Amino acid sequence: MVSESLIEIEGLNFSYGQRPILKGIDMTMERGKVIAIMGGSGSGKTTLLRLIGGAVRPTSGYVKVAGEVVHKLKRDDLFRMRRKMSMLFQFGALFTDLSVFDNVAFQMREHTDLPESMIRDLVLMKLQAVGLRGAHELMPTQLSGGMARRVALARSIALDPLLIMYDEPFTGLDPISLTVIGNLIRRLTDALGMTSIVVTHDVQESLKIVDYVYFIADGVIAAHGTPDEVRRSVAPFVHQFVHGEEDGPVSFHYPAKPYAQDLKLEGSFA
Amino acid sequence: MPRRIVAGIQSVGHRVIDSIWRLGYASRFFLLTLIKSGTSLHRFTLVIRELYFTGVQSLIIILVSGLFVGMVLGLQGFETLQRYGAESAVGTMVALSLLRELGPVVSALLFASRAGSAITAEIGLMKATEQLAAMEMMAVDPIARVVAPRFWAGVISMPLLAALFSAIGVYGGYLVAVILIGVDEGSFWSQMQGAVDFRYDVVNGIIKTCVFGIAVTAIAVFEGYDAAPTAEGVSGATTRTVVTSSLAILGLDFILTSFMFRGMG
Ligand SMILES: Nc1ncnc2c1ncn2[C@@H]1O[C@H](COP(=O)(O)OP(=O)(O)OP(=O)(O)O)[C@@H](O)[C@H]1O
Ligand SMILES: [Mg+2]
Repeated sequence: MVSESLIEIEGLNFSYGQRPILKGIDMTMERGKVIAIMGGSGSGKTTLLRLIGGAVRPTSGYVKVAGEVVHKLKRDDLFRMRRKMSMLFQFGALFTDLSVFDNVAFQMREHTDLPESMIRDLVLMKLQAVGLRGAHELMPTQLSGGMARRVALARSIALDPLLIMYDEPFTGLDPISLTVIGNLIRRLTDALGMTSIVVTHDVQESLKIVDYVYFIADGVIAAHGTPDEVRRSVAPFVHQFVHGEEDGPVSFHYPAKPYAQDLKLEGSFA
Repeated sequence: MPRRIVAGIQSVGHRVIDSIWRLGYASRFFLLTLIKSGTSLHRFTLVIRELYFTGVQSLIIILVSGLFVGMVLGLQGFETLQRYGAESAVGTMVALSLLRELGPVVSALLFASRAGSAITAEIGLMKATEQLAAMEMMAVDPIARVVAPRFWAGVISMPLLAALFSAIGVYGGYLVAVILIGVDEGSFWSQMQGAVDFRYDVVNGIIKTCVFGIAVTAIAVFEGYDAAPTAEGVSGATTRTVVTSSLAILGLDFILTSFMFRGMG
């Protein structure tokens, strides 16, 4: 039987130095779906994407993409796999020495032998999809933050990959672009049969377009379910997150010593 | 007291181990750059683009400095040589100093601070803004695509810049000695022509510039690639490029000179 899931993650642990970031993550992501990953700032969402892409190695556990364990692949095989996936970086990561056009054309020129005339048509099509065809001659420094992210989005869909990981595609977008980009992600996934992983803080917008949601907190999956289940959930964690409340199981603070101790309050009366 | 001594020895040991480790890491990086140079040689337009940034953009400073160094050599040479009535040898002196030492060394120092630091800053910034990570995720090797073209552009442009430096330096010496002071033009050129040996002076000078070019660019790309991905990281790396490659140039120059010029028979 052919497995329908594109990504299988089991018992995934990861730490930066001594600090554990992910502590035993299990996930499965089916082909052709849009999956959202949500969680507080610093909870390890970007790290999880980097693990899926093979940019960092897990301390234990594994990520399987299309049946292959990512961190066991040799460099050549990893690169072969990466041609099928793409990642929208949290801060865009556009190549500053290339124009908008050349950024989007980059992978076509590196990985294909397409004639320049066809590359031109493809690039303009991708830019049209994000509404920036008119900006193709600009350099990345001439773009606003939101425009840069849209160009990065166009670049990440340049070769119609099987898997796209979007690291916060909605930040810095106005409400109109936000809806357009959200629908674009949905449409690409449906039309091309690709799988999308969307890391986002934008609960309301993403619930409209995704098929499944994972919540990460304290290095583990705190909750998961379909958008309907999430909306109806009474779990304190999900409720706090969906409604953006300050008090609840999610801590707003980075782990620290007790506040009083840091301010050197104890002993000051001695 | 003994504890302090032990700690002292330990910290020296750590530093030695660290620097040896870093040297090994840099050598490995250098080898990787060479191995992965296929793309840049295959798609030479990548190198040409960088040649513009490292070579052409360094032209002004190289030409102006070369002119002034040559003029100073003309002045000083004339001033010293006329005491022995040998002022017509000023052309020889200018040409030999430039070809053997000042051309390669000064142009390499200028190249390190103009182009080397720019290479480091550019690669470091690309790293800090995740451009290199993004490239890796696109299955494009940053060493092949970003590092190698810059390396080869530097290696190619350094000897050319040094040659221009020496040429315009000789012209500067001519301006001062012949046009300004009035040394006989015929003996200025003919003595120079007689005294400069192609194999001994010119070729050795070219070898020096090639070695300097490799050293400076290798240091520059390594420091950029190795920079901590922050603003301080990049600025620190840029400074290290200039300091390390200046020391490398002067050290290598001494070694090369001691091999090359042992007094002609
Ligand atoms: N290179 C690194 N070295 C050490 N620690 C790191 C590094 N990168 C990230 N971290 C730590 O790992 C944790 C998770 O980082 P990550 O970038 O995955 O968070 P995130 O969930 O994407 O947050 P955000 O929503 O703010 O983007 C953070 O607490 C951060 O301090
Ligand atoms: Mg993140």
